[in-house]
Amino acid sequence: MTRLAKLLEAALIASGRPAAPDELLALDSEASPACILAALDELRRQYESEGHGIELVEVAGGWQILTRPEFTEAIERAQLAARPQRLSGAALETLAIVAYRQPVGRADIEEIRGVSVGGMLRQLLDRGLIDVEGRSEGIGRPLLYGTTPVFLEHFALRHLGELPRADELAIALRAQPAPLA
Amino acid sequence: MGVLAASAVVDDSACFVVDLDQFNGPLDLLLILIRDEEVEIADIPIARIAEQFLERVHGLGLSAAAEYLEMAARLLRIKAQMLLPRRGEDEDWADPRAELVRRLLEYQQVREVVGLLETLSETRRSHFVSGYVAPERSETSPPLLLSLAELLAAADRVIRMVRHPGMHDVIPRALDVDGAMATIRALMLRSSLVRWVDLVSRTAESWELLSALLALLELARRGELRLRQVKPFGPMEIWRDAASEAA
Repeated sequence: MTRLAKLLEAALIASGRPAAPDELLALDSEASPACILAALDELRRQYESEGHGIELVEVAGGWQILTRPEFTEAIERAQLAARPQRLSGAALETLAIVAYRQPVGRADIEEIRGVSVGGMLRQLLDRGLIDVEGRSEGIGRPLLYGTTPVFLEHFALRHLGELPRADELAIALRAQPAPLA
Repeated sequence: MGVLAASAVVDDSACFVVDLDQFNGPLDLLLILIRDEEVEIADIPIARIAEQFLERVHGLGLSAAAEYLEMAARLLRIKAQMLLPRRGEDEDWADPRAELVRRLLEYQQVREVVGLLETLSETRRSHFVSGYVAPERSETSPPLLLSLAELLAAADRVIRMVRHPGMHDVIPRALDVDGAMATIRALMLRSSLVRWVDLVSRTAESWELLSALLALLELARRGELRLRQVKPFGPMEIWRDAASEAA
């Protein structure tokens, strides 16, 4: 393994969260973006070919080292790490609407879900899955919400474009372009 | 009417606790009913669905949730509108169910995305990230590495900087033990038994109380009188006995 690949490996283990290529570039003043990508690829192949317990994945616009799923149960049984709690159906509904309609206000989400979502939005904000993107020009200038990199990480998405486009879903939403990146 | 039928169900299952969270809202419940009934969303048999909706809402104790009641009212209104007679082949007739159908389709699509997100997050949950966690910066400040002399010197400097320290002035107020002894002697001349409450008035200031107490103790020490307290915090009795009179 090249020195740069080892450096990236160490950096990703230390960071835990997905590290963007720009951030990785700061590790070595002499490395070019192409060098970084080549070293990342080297690291990924290394993990695959030699049969490691971890893998290198691209997620939320960055790179992250994760444990392999086949060991998850054993790790959890030994209480060395615990899987995060599943999000409730109500939380997922709210997130789905925010993801497809962002930036979107509370009133629009409530219209679609048919229930009030104030408390749910606060919980999602607390967990960093959504964030305030701005204010609407409408009456009362309500807050508008959008998804965050934590959202992408939670669902192992590289970017929002990985979600199916609205017109690819079985039933098209009413004529409203899905503003997906 | 469905409402009446439903109330019987409520009575039967009054002790049956139902989790409110089993539905994500009135639209969710409606979609489930429509699926169970195997009917088309675009052509909902509104009377039947409305009745079942009400039954479920009452049966599950959901009637406390405003959102379900609002949907129930909406369904009943649509049901009433459907019953209004239509004039022949009226081109202008608008299906009263149209708005509900649109919302249901929209909501169904949200459910579809939810299913996808569930799968994605389940996949992600089966991976762990590396466990390094940055140590939290402690909220409490480190212990002071300071000697008492340094602390006092610092306090002194601060006090000097303030033009008028404005600290509390203690005014010396001498206790009048001799005066109190004279008062007690005068009282004892008139009666051989005196109580503490006769010595000091209710409005006495603390220096008067202290003076009286010290005077009593002093007189008792000299043998001029005797003190007795039957129980702790009880009334104190002061009396002269013959022996002390003689002395």
